[in-house]
Amino acid sequence: MYKILLRQDLVPNIHLFKIAAPAVAKKAQPGQFVIIRIDERGERFPLTIADWDKAEGSITIVFMEVGTTTHRLALLKAGDSIADFIGPLGLPTHIDKFGTVVCVAGGFAVATIMPIARAMRAKGNRVTSIMGARNKSLIFWEKELRRVSDQLIVTTDDGSYARKGLVTEPLKELLEGDGKVDRVIAIGPSIMMKFCSKTTEPFGVKTIVSLNPIMVDGTGMCGCCRVSVGGETKFACVDGPDFDGHQVDWDLLFARQRIYLNEEKRSFEQWQSQSGLFE
Amino acid sequence: MPKLNLNRLPMPRQDPKARVRNFNEVALGYSAEQAQAEASRCIQCPKRPCTEGCPVEVDIPGFILAVREGNMPEAVKRLKDKNSLPGISGRVCPQETQCEAACTLAKKGAPIAIGRLERYVADWERANMQSASSLPAQPAPSGKRVAVVGSGPAGLTAAADLAKLGHSVTIFEALHVAGGVLMYGIPEFRLPKDIVQAEVDYVASLGVKVELDSVIGKLVTIDELLNNDYHAVFLGTGAGLPRFLNIPGENLNGIYSANEFLTRVNLMKAYRFPEYDTPVKVGRRVAVIGGGNVAMDSARCALRLGAEVVYIVYRRSEAEMPARREEAENAMEEGIQFKLLTNPKRMLGNEQNWVVGMECYKMELGEPDESGRSRPITKAGSEFIIDVDVVIVALGTRPNPLIAQTTEGLEITRWGTVVADEEMGKTVKDKVWAGGDIVTGAATVISAMGAGKRAAGDIDSYLRGQDT
Repeated sequence: MYKILLRQDLVPNIHLFKIAAPAVAKKAQPGQFVIIRIDERGERFPLTIADWDKAEGSITIVFMEVGTTTHRLALLKAGDSIADFIGPLGLPTHIDKFGTVVCVAGGFAVATIMPIARAMRAKGNRVTSIMGARNKSLIFWEKELRRVSDQLIVTTDDGSYARKGLVTEPLKELLEGDGKVDRVIAIGPSIMMKFCSKTTEPFGVKTIVSLNPIMVDGTGMCGCCRVSVGGETKFACVDGPDFDGHQVDWDLLFARQRIYLNEEKRSFEQWQSQSGLFE
Repeated sequence: MPKLNLNRLPMPRQDPKARVRNFNEVALGYSAEQAQAEASRCIQCPKRPCTEGCPVEVDIPGFILAVREGNMPEAVKRLKDKNSLPGISGRVCPQETQCEAACTLAKKGAPIAIGRLERYVADWERANMQSASSLPAQPAPSGKRVAVVGSGPAGLTAAADLAKLGHSVTIFEALHVAGGVLMYGIPEFRLPKDIVQAEVDYVASLGVKVELDSVIGKLVTIDELLNNDYHAVFLGTGAGLPRFLNIPGENLNGIYSANEFLTRVNLMKAYRFPEYDTPVKVGRRVAVIGGGNVAMDSARCALRLGAEVVYIVYRRSEAEMPARREEAENAMEEGIQFKLLTNPKRMLGNEQNWVVGMECYKMELGEPDESGRSRPITKAGSEFIIDVDVVIVALGTRPNPLIAQTTEGLEITRWGTVVADEEMGKTVKDKVWAGGDIVTGAATVISAMGAGKRAAGDIDSYLRGQDT
């Protein structure tokens, strides 16, 4: 069992857990993920590592309430435990001195981009970060991301806070601007990563995305997370999750993310009626 | 010499019509009377060819004699002296090609049903004995620590033997339960999970520590294990990386590796969705590609989950099928349809990217290839389409590369297997042994157990040699 040391509600439906996992904390690197199983009946699902503290022996994860599992997870509080916490999995993000790096985060991926932006900056890059959310109520860690970036641009889809629009707009402006962009890291919903990749492609700027297909074991055993990159089948869990966004077959990814839509709906409806939380 | 009794007692089994609707065990096991009757057929020949035919050298005539005499605690002792996992091997061992093939009565066409008796003894123990009462005498601690990577049949056997020899053993398992392929791969109806759990618990009761959720190579490397705490390492990580066909359309929705399908069903209990959170798509028309035990397991799971038609699609003929005869027969009896001499060419999908058909070639058999089996040859112009909505690819597995990638000094073959001494399992890396599927590629539970046992013996000699 892995104890929840701290819980923070970043916004009403996005939560932060700090989890006691000393061995994982010792090895964690930017861009890696963990597989979590809440309890005996739970599914195994991946979450990207948002932070780690080797001294404390903890890993920080951030998640949004979407379906049964994330809603179940959101019921837990500090002091509770989860059954399984496996990691650090996947290859770490390639951190190097590239020059100017633009880190783009969509939605709660602000949490995922944090350690990457921090590491990129520590390596001597000039880091420009762009964070986008649907509206003001979903914005968190603005200060934190600003602290690890040389420049921060915030957008909301509806204009309820900061700049109105999608993250791809300021991204395009940066690419068209005077300063050279050497690398883009885009993490968030698949559709956002796709359009960031489409935005950078004409400029020939290498763009790394962190793919989030459905996974079971997360260690290369099942092949559920297979994605097509540059025409080759890859397992996101062991060959990724980071890939070259210009090489990803996005339509395949979208289709494979929808495999269990009906089951997810059925499971959630059943959970809602049984949990009694939504009556 | 008494007259030979050639009346080999069949295994009572669940009726096919009933069993395709449940996940309960198909083979029901002998009654006490049946076990005694079968045991009485053993002529106790002095040559003991059965023991020689056993990869872990069980005292087969010894435990059978005890069953005949009704001395069950003695039978348990004899059996478990060499085999720590008899409930498992009694169910999934291919006895027909090992101990039973060697049995003197095999020449008369009626070998003793050694596997069924082994299972009977293991089940009797579980039902009638406190687990502590079958524990061997506490060995003198050697002061040496061994890390065993992987808790499948090779790792469990190596760990049990090393613990019995007085070493302090820790098993590291990547998944959230111990047992490896015995838990995630082989279905409940062939190997009940509480039996695997009981045998894992037995190994733990010998003093073996089991660390779950530990992906060696990621969480800790082999060299870190050796530098920090352990005097020797045994790699028993199996062959967990699924092979696909590399044909067009293979990433369509509805196409599973057998590993994924079986893991969802067995390990994650998708057959109890939505009570359990993990779903699985079963479909109405399922094609399983492959002719081995894993293909049979996948097909029979799909049937039990409610598929209307389940095909086995295999490119050679029935004679070449690598599955155990018994499992192929069980599958046929349950209504699985065999499309033999058939090989997929490509997968066809609809607009939602779901598989709807599988275009296949008819095959014919040519000269034997390097595997000794007839080489299947594509018949030109023979393409035809099978309507399917789920496809399960059961074409075998390769070792997971995680350990190879993160360990200096191992020798890896082009198939991804670790090079190790065939007999003792010693790798070219100092203090590291390996055994089971990670060395041989996908093989049987008992051959992995045999490799674990021999490696444990060699590790023991090495550790004791260090002291002198």
